[in-house]
Amino acid sequence: MTQINVRVDGESYTDDVEPRTLLVHYLREQLGKVGTVVGCDTSNCGACTVHLDGQAVKSCTVLAVQADGSQVTTIEGIAGEGIGGTLHPVQRAFHEMHGLQCGFCTPGMIMASIDLLKENPDPSETEVREGIEGNLCRCTGYQNIVRAVQQAAAEMRGAAPGDPDTSPAAVDTAAAEHVVAQS
Amino acid sequence: MIPAAFDYARPTTVEEALQAIAEGGDDVKILAGGQSLIPVMRLRLAAPEVVVDLTRVEGLRGVREEGDQLVVGAMTTHADVLTDPLLARYAPLVVEATETVADRQVRRRGTFGGALAHADPAGDLPAVALALDAEFVIAGPAGRRTVPAAEFFVDYLTTAIEEGELLVEIRLPKLAADDGWGVRYEKFNRVAQAWSIVAVAAAVRREGGRITEARIGLTNMGPTPLRASATEAALVGVDVSLETVTAAAAQAAEGTSPSNDLNAQADYRQHLAQVLTRRALAAAAGL
Repeated sequence: MTQINVRVDGESYTDDVEPRTLLVHYLREQLGKVGTVVGCDTSNCGACTVHLDGQAVKSCTVLAVQADGSQVTTIEGIAGEGIGGTLHPVQRAFHEMHGLQCGFCTPGMIMASIDLLKENPDPSETEVREGIEGNLCRCTGYQNIVRAVQQAAAEMRGAAPGDPDTSPAAVDTAAAEHVVAQS
Repeated sequence: MIPAAFDYARPTTVEEALQAIAEGGDDVKILAGGQSLIPVMRLRLAAPEVVVDLTRVEGLRGVREEGDQLVVGAMTTHADVLTDPLLARYAPLVVEATETVADRQVRRRGTFGGALAHADPAGDLPAVALALDAEFVIAGPAGRRTVPAAEFFVDYLTTAIEEGELLVEIRLPKLAADDGWGVRYEKFNRVAQAWSIVAVAAAVRREGGRITEARIGLTNMGPTPLRASATEAALVGVDVSLETVTAAAAQAAEGTSPSNDLNAQADYRQHLAQVLTRRALAAAAGL
């Protein structure tokens, strides 16, 4: 066993782990952070994406010992405090644009999208698709996922939602009226 | 899936790393970014007794200029490569190929040196390193030695790195646009984050309407990356035109021995090598 000190979603933890323990298993099984899910277990699907020192990584492909001394942010740590706390703009956009079907890929999609938007606050549709190429949605719900990321981008840039000059997502909703009506 | 148990060492200097490797015995694996090693350990295709993790070794990360070369630390991540101003200016072929490696999350962890030491013939960076005549600086118990790319890739997943040794840096020549160099990495795969079925790394130098030098590396056309030597030779001194480039590209598959697998038969890979070489050369030559 090796002792590690990590800060996860703002709280500090000191734990003993086996070197072979994957970060995702440490988060889920030792810390109970089950918001981060295991999808494929083969480094493909991205469902287990978390931020390690601010950067999106696949937590099934990082050892827990490698997170020693680092900050980890999971899907559980991006909203405001408490139940009913303010959702992160990307979470809210996934909700409003119905950027999910079964929801299994959603934690990873959101964590990867936040990473993308930090680097590129105003991505084109193609840049969003390339930016989340490491995340698979087996429901193939990509249309609304892309719209959600663009809507979140517009909000995070401070653009008024629905402003046609600055919010391509809001313009391109012709095929998703049923979705917009839900918001 | 969980890897088999192993002992874990986390050195902070190259000397400590070499010592940990020496003490690890016969069954040591060196962990760089872990984006290939951890998956194969999870599948138990590898079950090393000792893992030496290089992530905390100072001085193995970053890019510096040394005369007419760039020196890239082996632990420089793909994400670092994509934002490095020296590589952007003097080794854009490396940057272009790195953009196609896996996905955002993998590029955050995966490293330039790790990908080269892994030497997967379907990986994107080995063919680039070969085309650029990169030099590999390898540290061992007896000191450091430098191996040219042409001797580094020995066989499938096998390099000139011996037991007890460690890849520390990769030296690249400067090929700048100011000197007439144009580059293109042309990759063919089925889905976004997949490995190359075939890919071509091309760098072309033009002067006064003629090609003076061409460097072409082939990805996944054999157990190691290969140079398209016949095509390179055919391009020296010819006019920059689609006709000359197309004629030379027809020889791109000469001397290759690609594999048959679910993605492609060998003859199809040879066809692809010609088509992708033509496209890469045309783009690199500004046609």
